Amino acid sequence: MASEEAKPSTHWADYPRFLLRSLMLATDGSAKFYAWMTMLTAVALVGANAWAHQVTEGMIVTNMTDHVSWGLYIANFTYMVGLAAGAVMMVIPAYVYDDHEMHDVVIIGELLAIAAIVMCLGFVVADLGRPDRFWHLLPFIGRFNWPISMLTWDVIVLNGYLLINLHICGYLIYTRFLGKKPDKRWYIPFVFLSIAWAISIHTVTAFLYNGLGGRPFWNTAILVPRFIASAFVTGPAFIILTLQIVRRVTNFHIGDGPIHTLHSILRITVLLNLFLLGAEVFTEFYTGGSHTAAAQYLFFGLHGHYELVPWIWTAITFNTLAAILILSPAAKSRLWVLDVACLLTLVGVWIEKGMGLIVPAFVPSTMHEIVPYTPSLVEWQVMAGIFALGLMVYTIALKVAIPVFTGDVTIDNGP
Amino acid sequence: MSDSETKETAGISRRTMLKAGGATLGAAAFARAFAPLTEWKPTTSVDDFLQKHYKEMSKTDMDSVLRRLEVETKENYGADVSIEDVKPLDGVKFGYALNLSACIGCRKCADACHKENNHDRATNNSYIRVFEMEQGSINFEHGNATYDHEVPADGKYYMPVQCQQCDNPPCVKVCPVEATWKEKDGIVVVDYDWCIGCRYCEAACPYHARRFNWKKPEVPAEEINPVQAYLANRMRPQGTMEKCHFCLHRTRKGRMPACLEACPTGARVFGNLLDPESEIRWVLANKRVFVLKEDVGTVPSFFYFFDQ
Repeated sequence: MASEEAKPSTHWADYPRFLLRSLMLATDGSAKFYAWMTMLTAVALVGANAWAHQVTEGMIVTNMTDHVSWGLYIANFTYMVGLAAGAVMMVIPAYVYDDHEMHDVVIIGELLAIAAIVMCLGFVVADLGRPDRFWHLLPFIGRFNWPISMLTWDVIVLNGYLLINLHICGYLIYTRFLGKKPDKRWYIPFVFLSIAWAISIHTVTAFLYNGLGGRPFWNTAILVPRFIASAFVTGPAFIILTLQIVRRVTNFHIGDGPIHTLHSILRITVLLNLFLLGAEVFTEFYTGGSHTAAAQYLFFGLHGHYELVPWIWTAITFNTLAAILILSPAAKSRLWVLDVACLLTLVGVWIEKGMGLIVPAFVPSTMHEIVPYTPSLVEWQVMAGIFALGLMVYTIALKVAIPVFTGDVTIDNGP
Repeated sequence: MSDSETKETAGISRRTMLKAGGATLGAAAFARAFAPLTEWKPTTSVDDFLQKHYKEMSKTDMDSVLRRLEVETKENYGADVSIEDVKPLDGVKFGYALNLSACIGCRKCADACHKENNHDRATNNSYIRVFEMEQGSINFEHGNATYDHEVPADGKYYMPVQCQQCDNPPCVKVCPVEATWKEKDGIVVVDYDWCIGCRYCEAACPYHARRFNWKKPEVPAEEINPVQAYLANRMRPQGTMEKCHFCLHRTRKGRMPACLEACPTGARVFGNLLDPESEIRWVLANKRVFVLKEDVGTVPSFFYFFDQ
């Protein structure tokens, strides 16, 4: 921003300097920054160690079985796809409705999409029995069962979404670093592509489950809008909390405007999410029959098994409380009320679209056997590790992007 | 930043030293965290790691893979085995029928499968689960696969369930890497050396027919069945999927499946659906047969019937 002098385009020299300065920004900071990153590293390494044990000794160290063959990993994978897609709720106001205040801070949402996708890929890898054979899943190199397998579609849309957002963020940060105005032709088409693509990642992820005729709990078309609705709850909720933190720990100017806009979006999506859940619950229980057994297990317990009942009622309580707080006038005048609501719904959806969505499809099993599942310590450790990895990616991305966007770091004021 | 710049006049700053110390500690912790992986030996050579998909291997490729697998079985299990790549026969499509009036729920079929297919001993794994059902109902909600009493019990009948070798198999559809497919004789097989272990097929199967190797299967050397086939009963690697393959190492050579031979009541009928003279064709023509979960559209090659 500082210098607008016309320099010849020397990206071959400027880009390495950009990378060097990024590396410096990523590794240099306050004592609080070091403490935060050290904590995250420690947790990530605990997860890495648990995963190393899992790979070596086999997935027997998880509590998954042939009856409940997907568990905590796939639950978190599903949730993170939602978070990645939900980040688009900043992009739409910024670029479709030309909200200038939102436009100034939209990079925070785009970077969240990147961190969330990194976590998605982490959970997929953690769930593989043979991570050494990941290359079998690469198009052209392995044997890619496209277009028949929905999992191949997910590989395409998730990696595509990652690349699109890496391009948009990388381009915007780099041009700001050079002190140039970004060329719209180089990023606007990608921004609009990313909006459509965001919807696609959660649609395809829902198709992954609802295309299975053998699992009636998933085999419902409403799963797709339910996924999208909860994505548009968690995305804005996470970003509101991030904005609240960023404006306290950095000098990046974030007014109340973007927060109010996200709050307005939440007022609709939090209700829509509850409404769609209600529609699902009605259909399940009014119809009855053996296809309702999974919902029965989830909400009320089945044949003396109540493992998920406290989880789902916690989720429903949190999501309902969050809805009441988000709709109350207090959330507008006192932002801490909104913060609490965001936190509640982040946890609520994490249960409802995580364990509450994955596990009941397996309990009872397709042959109506009841084999309960609660995650093992290794699974919790791996989960915590992947969360820590995602937060590290997000922290570093913000740590680099924000000083560039405020103009504190440019090509002219450093090595 | 400005902090470190002012102090840098004295050569290496305190901050740089602290950073270097932190980085060293971090690297050490990193190595320690991943240390268990040093004991992980998923593959023994580069060739092994780069092994091609079953359908892409030439005859010579396959031969060298089979010899390598035999050596590995000797090393890992201490057993001398011979592994073949048994191909499907022309003009054959296998079908299986089970007489529910004759089945007494003794689980000898499941036990024979356990031994024939070199299943993990500790978990008593088998491709067959026998459900004890209530007379007058085919609702599995009232079924029980973990019964432990004398059979047959009053008021009950028994329903063994294994892979239905569907003509429209959901497991094959969902596999992202084509590690499982339907052969021309109707058998759905798994390339254990290609499977990535995502378990999507296990989620897709409506019959609970698939099994995952949550750990390395353990079988004492003297109990290992040495007559093995690549797509059948050879020792399965940890972290991959397996399933009933209609004992293709036997049936493609004109023998009967192990579960059929073990059945004391003659409840099982196996044969070539394309041969009009076969017993299975006679059963399909003359008995009132049904398939499990016809409504999910899987089109099984496994049939059930009542005699009376």
